[in-house]
Amino acid sequence: MRILLDKISHAYDGTQVLQDISLDLGKGEIVSIIGPSGCGKSTLLRMIGGLERPTSGQVLVTGAAPQGCLNPLTYIFQDFALLPWRTVAGNISLVLEDHGIRGARAREVIDDVLARTKLSDFRKAWPRQLSGGMKQRVAIARALAVRPAVMLMDEPLSALDSQTRELLMDDLVELWTRTPFSAAYVTHNLAEAVRLGHRIVVLSRRPGRIREVVTIDMPLADRPAHMAELEKIQRDLWDMMRDEAAAADRELADA
Amino acid sequence: MRDTKTEIRIPADAKPVPFRGGGFRQRRHPLLAPLVLAALLAIWWAGSATGVISPIAMPAPKDVIDAFRDLWTTGALWTNLSVSLYRLLVGWILGSLLGIAVGLMIGLFSQARASALPIVSALFPVPKIALLPLFIIWFGIGEGSKVATILFGTFFPTVISTYAGVDAVDRGLIRMGQSFGLRWSSIVRKIILPGALPAILSGFRISFSIAIVLLVAAEMIGAQHGIGAYILMAGSLFNLGQLFAGVILLSAIGLFGSWLIGLAERRMLDWRQ
Repeated sequence: MRILLDKISHAYDGTQVLQDISLDLGKGEIVSIIGPSGCGKSTLLRMIGGLERPTSGQVLVTGAAPQGCLNPLTYIFQDFALLPWRTVAGNISLVLEDHGIRGARAREVIDDVLARTKLSDFRKAWPRQLSGGMKQRVAIARALAVRPAVMLMDEPLSALDSQTRELLMDDLVELWTRTPFSAAYVTHNLAEAVRLGHRIVVLSRRPGRIREVVTIDMPLADRPAHMAELEKIQRDLWDMMRDEAAAADRELADA
Repeated sequence: MRDTKTEIRIPADAKPVPFRGGGFRQRRHPLLAPLVLAALLAIWWAGSATGVISPIAMPAPKDVIDAFRDLWTTGALWTNLSVSLYRLLVGWILGSLLGIAVGLMIGLFSQARASALPIVSALFPVPKIALLPLFIIWFGIGEGSKVATILFGTFFPTVISTYAGVDAVDRGLIRMGQSFGLRWSSIVRKIILPGALPAILSGFRISFSIAIVLLVAAEMIGAQHGIGAYILMAGSLFNLGQLFAGVILLSAIGLFGSWLIGLAERRMLDWRQ
């Protein structure tokens, strides 16, 4: 399944947030979206998933979703969005119940995704008992349970400490290497963007426009061994963004 | 070079940093409450026995015990308690159920909020006991009017705590439900209701004590039986022993109710810790 963004523009009561964004998201490809704060990258992601409507332009999908796919466009949220009144298994079961998957069939799916995210020992734990990294693993397991065609990741590692972030990046790369998925990965962290993105879309300050699309031609699994090259790309990206990030930082939130 | 063992020489003038943390924290003192209660009872008993406490102001503990014995032997305990509990429970349960239903509507539908919330806000502050004469005209002098008073008295606070609970549900969780394509009914049942439950249950504590207040008030105005009627009768006969017995019964009902609500909280909100 492919996703096409066709000249997306968006305004919130008079303020232009996004302007003329066209982009395509290929099968099995991770596209990192970076930009200074307030450039509308999270808004863009909500539009891709159909949670928000752009003022003009449209988001299109082509091609059929993979077999057994329950929810083609599936989010992973920055704040995990786990129901505190459901256990780990219950949180995953939540997204299966409406598809009539219960009992033994649900257990099978839950066991599978928990094993893939190394959570098998935590089936019955409550979210409050888990660390941030474990909570995000549960959210990833929940997303995998619906066999998404595209993962929409909204700063998924931003609420975690830097060591947990490293661990989870490795996990994501491992998951992708075993079964490639396509993803739009919104982040403000350039290291994450270059580690996980096949392409990196740099948005400008508000109103967000595509400034540049950087392609990194290096398999995800090989990247840890080539940190020096990645660091150079990261530095170039930062040089590109620095002035705008500084200007965005000085903007009033409601201006 | 890595130094894993560092010797520190402590100078002669080194002093420990004075401790200034601690305090401002509640600890458990399980023995204190029974001790205070026993001490109060002892003072009461000694005061009455020596005549320091006038029997006109406070009954002797013995009078209260006698009143309870009378209540028990004549069967009046059960007559009064059963009618009071019936009015209280029917009124409170119906008021709470209706309150949750209307509160959910207000929380979920903006049309319901726009139309019902002003009415709720206008009627909430009216002391429901002032409406008892009206309820007597509507529902008769019997049980109906008393139950209706309690029902209306508990309905409004429940509406308010329910819709406030719905409003307080994390929007991020609702968006998550939508993003996974959950049905509207699933979102309400599995995300909004459990999310509002803590607020609904703590609203129950308030509405239950309101229900007891209204029960006694309604029974004092027009009832033959019931704890309120019993207290009123005792008061007009200056039988302080009976009056105290009635008050102790009310307190026991209140304590039992809040214990039950606490139990429900621990069971239904076990995910909170």
